[in-house]
Amino acid sequence: MMFGYYLDLALRSLKRNKVLTVLMVLALALGIGAAMTTLTLLTLLSGDPLPGKSGQLYYVQVDPYPKDHPFSHSDKLPWLMTYIDAMNLVRAHRAQRQVAISMSTMKLTPTTTQQRPFFSNGVMTTAEFFSMFEAPFQYGGGWSAADEEGRAKVVVIAESLNNQLFAGADSVGRTLRINDQDYRIIGVLKPWAPQPHFYSLYLGGRDYGDGDTVFVPLQSARAAGMDPVNSFSYEASDRTKLETSTSIWLGVWAQLPDAAAVSSYRSFLTDYAKEQVALGRFQQSRVGLSGLMQWLDDQRVVPDNVRMQNGLAFSFLLICIVNTVGLLLAKCLRRSNEIGVRRALGASRPAIFAQFMVEAGLVGLAGGMLGLLFAEFGLWCIRRQPAEYASLAHLDVSMFASTFAMALAASLVAGILPAWRACAVTPAPQLKSA
Amino acid sequence: MEIRPILASLHKHRIPALLIVLEIALACAVLCNAVFVIAQCVTDSRSLNAIDEQDISVIHIGGLDAQHGEDSVVRDLAALRAIAGVKAVAAINALPLGPDASFNGFTTKPNDESQVNTSQYLITRGAEKVLGMKLLQGRFFSDEEYARGGLLPTHQPDSHVVLINESDAKRLWPGQSALGQQIYSDGTPWTVIGVVANVLAQDPGFSGVSGKYSSAFFPLKPSADLSHYILRSAPEDRDRVLRDAMQMLGKLEPGAVLEPKTYVDIRTDYFASSRTMAWMLAMVCVVMLAVTALGIVGLTSFWVGQRRRQIGIRRAVGASCANILHYFQTENFLLSTAGVVLGIVFAIAINIYLMRYFELARMPWYYLGGGAVALWLLGQLSVLWPALRAAAVPPVVATRSI
Repeated sequence: MMFGYYLDLALRSLKRNKVLTVLMVLALALGIGAAMTTLTLLTLLSGDPLPGKSGQLYYVQVDPYPKDHPFSHSDKLPWLMTYIDAMNLVRAHRAQRQVAISMSTMKLTPTTTQQRPFFSNGVMTTAEFFSMFEAPFQYGGGWSAADEEGRAKVVVIAESLNNQLFAGADSVGRTLRINDQDYRIIGVLKPWAPQPHFYSLYLGGRDYGDGDTVFVPLQSARAAGMDPVNSFSYEASDRTKLETSTSIWLGVWAQLPDAAAVSSYRSFLTDYAKEQVALGRFQQSRVGLSGLMQWLDDQRVVPDNVRMQNGLAFSFLLICIVNTVGLLLAKCLRRSNEIGVRRALGASRPAIFAQFMVEAGLVGLAGGMLGLLFAEFGLWCIRRQPAEYASLAHLDVSMFASTFAMALAASLVAGILPAWRACAVTPAPQLKSA
Repeated sequence: MEIRPILASLHKHRIPALLIVLEIALACAVLCNAVFVIAQCVTDSRSLNAIDEQDISVIHIGGLDAQHGEDSVVRDLAALRAIAGVKAVAAINALPLGPDASFNGFTTKPNDESQVNTSQYLITRGAEKVLGMKLLQGRFFSDEEYARGGLLPTHQPDSHVVLINESDAKRLWPGQSALGQQIYSDGTPWTVIGVVANVLAQDPGFSGVSGKYSSAFFPLKPSADLSHYILRSAPEDRDRVLRDAMQMLGKLEPGAVLEPKTYVDIRTDYFASSRTMAWMLAMVCVVMLAVTALGIVGLTSFWVGQRRRQIGIRRAVGASCANILHYFQTENFLLSTAGVVLGIVFAIAINIYLMRYFELARMPWYYLGGGAVALWLLGQLSVLWPALRAAAVPPVVATRSI
């Protein structure tokens, strides 16, 4: 009842000063638009790549570096593992599941078309990759540990590659030519591209965007001479024999379903490192076991540019809010006479307060609606950028709702000071001067 | 101009005055830091690179059969050299600002550990001509050094000669000539035979600031390890040369993956994200300044409106239009000054935060000065219109409604 009346008053007041109203709404909308654009991007990029599963996944690190290596002076652990350590840990089977992963740029030669060969992001990994990361199969399935030990020439491909080469048909059993050798397709994945691509961090893959297309058993890939994209050597060693060299080039993950499993795996890992020190392979017994989200956070997978832009956009929003507070306040101070009259006619202080808050809320709603347009425009601009995350930038329902919530909150916060000043107006002097 | 009455009036309107100060302070803080980041992006994307970028085209060749790699590379280079307009061709492992990178650490003593990621360039005969490297001291590699150059199993070059960047020469042997000195990596020595003007690192984003201009060049005979063909031509022939080269290689190497690019595009792509960042920051700054200016205009005009009677009285008792104008200008100057002082404090705080979390450099003082001047000017510009309106208030207003 009273709300309707305040709404009417607010609309009248806003209409009276059209330029000022437009300015307030525009400023708020620009602030909200900028903030929502960058926040949407930040939320997308720092999201959970495997919701429901990420809590069980842990990244494993050990430290084979010599004590006097410059890297050892930092408090960080080497990002990747040597082949020896990775295989020791994977073959120990002390976690529910465990995988070792490396990326390789693979040359694919289409046999069915006249197309030229092209490069594809390939993954060299162990048998439990698909079950551990819940990669869904459209056709066929993954390989077994026996396939792997037998260096079987088998491959799992992504849906996108299957569409490109086999027009989406069930290609299980057909042949794919990788690096001039034939592999038998045993599985085709459904569309699967966790964002960020957590498993390829430091391995030379992309952090965001399209999923990887070719998955080959690690042993088979190495037997066929496939090399990792990234390898870091900490001592001079024969780079042509990566299995025995002092190079780190594999990422190792463990699936640990509960706290007990985590603590028992941690002690296994510590024992392993100590044993390696005793054997003389390691000089330091430091180990690392980080949950997936923790690992992504520590490694700052979200690009710095995006974080900085987000900070900038929120500073801008703050300026817009201060600006709105100023303009609302100026308006309300000008209306002291009107307030005086309303107070003299019996309106209580809370009533005046409510009236001004409704006005601020209206500005906020209008600002939110316009801000949504600005946010859509901002995201459209981001999609046109050459960044690898560009295609991900879309507003979703929750962000849509948050835009309004944020606009309303911003305008109400901006409205509190003017409304408080308004209800502090004493009626008598205002009536006298009028 | 007497500022005491202005201060008294501001004291009476504390809250609006504080809001203007706060808005200017925030705008100043954001502006200084944003302009600083923009300047860094621009400086980065214009990083000097002592090669003839305009003349170079690159074809990435992948998936060559390693066994016949050497023969393929020799044959391909000969074919490319024959293309009209091509002045020189060579093969190289990776390019400055290119995506594939090969780093190594070099020291002046056999068993030291290097803290710097040096980009390792393996080049075939003629690469110095294709790239247009500028020799400052010593000599380039001889034909014989090129012909003998191979790779050790450790992937280190087995020739024992090296060309280094001038900044490395200064870093490793300050105050001495680098010529004839030895550099080491894991105990293997190379003799410095020449110093060249600074060539950029392969991935400066990864190698870090210390590695940006740390590059070492080694001679290599044609081999499948060299995955980039580089061609030199006049800039106007570049696109045609690249097209012809692709056609030629397409026939010669049906089994290889070929990716053509001009060097200009390699640079553009490498700095694409920092350019976008600079544009985005610039856009937000412009809009932010506009919002701030409109805020000042809005607040001041209401202020003027509220004080019409006072202004009328002052005019009636003898103040000139100019007095009123100056009154509001001085008032704005005082508010801007307070805002700018507070803004500089905020700006330094933000810079410290950015230094800690984003590896940004310390902001030089002149950004603060520039930001302060910009907001002073903005304040004066935006107050002009309301102040002129105030100055136009006729003295007769004083006599009305009393």
